[in-house]
Amino acid sequence: MKIGVVIFPGSNCDRDLIETLGDLTGTQVIELWHKDTDLKECTHIFLPGGFSYGDYLRSGAIAKLSPIMQSVIEHANKGGFVMGICNGFQILCESGLLPGALLHNNNLKFICKDVFLKPQNNSQLATKNLDSTKAYKIPIAHGEGRYYADDKTLSDLESNNQILFKYCSQEGNITEESNPNGALNNIAGICNKQGNVIGMMPHPERCATEHLLNIDGKAILQSIFA
Amino acid sequence: MKFIVNIEIMPNKELLDPQGKAVTLGLKNLGLNTVENVRIGKHISFEIEAENAEKAKDAAEIACKKLLANPIMESFIIQVD
Repeated sequence: MKIGVVIFPGSNCDRDLIETLGDLTGTQVIELWHKDTDLKECTHIFLPGGFSYGDYLRSGAIAKLSPIMQSVIEHANKGGFVMGICNGFQILCESGLLPGALLHNNNLKFICKDVFLKPQNNSQLATKNLDSTKAYKIPIAHGEGRYYADDKTLSDLESNNQILFKYCSQEGNITEESNPNGALNNIAGICNKQGNVIGMMPHPERCATEHLLNIDGKAILQSIFA
Repeated sequence: MKFIVNIEIMPNKELLDPQGKAVTLGLKNLGLNTVENVRIGKHISFEIEAENAEKAKDAAEIACKKLLANPIMESFIIQVD
């Protein structure tokens, strides 16, 4: 196993991911530059949060055309593991590796706070080791996180168990009040049909060490490597 | 030949446009009480060298489909002059 984190101009969660994934797996995490096309034999590719290319046009729209993304798309299409967090999720949707799109939050504000997530199954990489009755406390920090997909896509996501996380209350109830951004059906994270491409708006890498007084994110990342 | 391409990109009708909704409220506060359903999009223009207007439009279509607009959330209209 070799982990790579892609760095785009404007990425700002790359260090958090590199540190967290390195600590979690005891491996040297590889930095992958957006202008390169070589994935350096990485088996697990992570796209970090931030504001790639200034979020110009639409979040993730310009990043999807960067040289490294052509290799990431090829890697994913061959069944390789790819996970995008926040801006990384937006890039995966824009590149077509994940269905749907992330729209402006319905209150038009950038929201930075802890939210609660309920795993929707135990059959996918990121959820297989999670307690599906628990509400995991994970921070969000985004302006464009309102997940949207058409009815057909949504029903496919549901029937294929591709919905990984939904926003919920502290008690674990999936309610309108616990939905921070207006995401369709409270969707916070999904995967592709094959399960090798994962995207989520909340930041598990920001709550994966004891120093930050919350290790709920560690459980999600650990599940991937378990 | 050089052509000027103007592209209008709008959020799809079925989508909530929170920006438009906020601006509708602002216009009502301005006293324009009969204004409804403001929707806000983008206008993009560029110059392009092409053999003819049709080829310039073809290029603009590619630009829209692959980068400038996201068909999941937006529609676009191209004008070539």
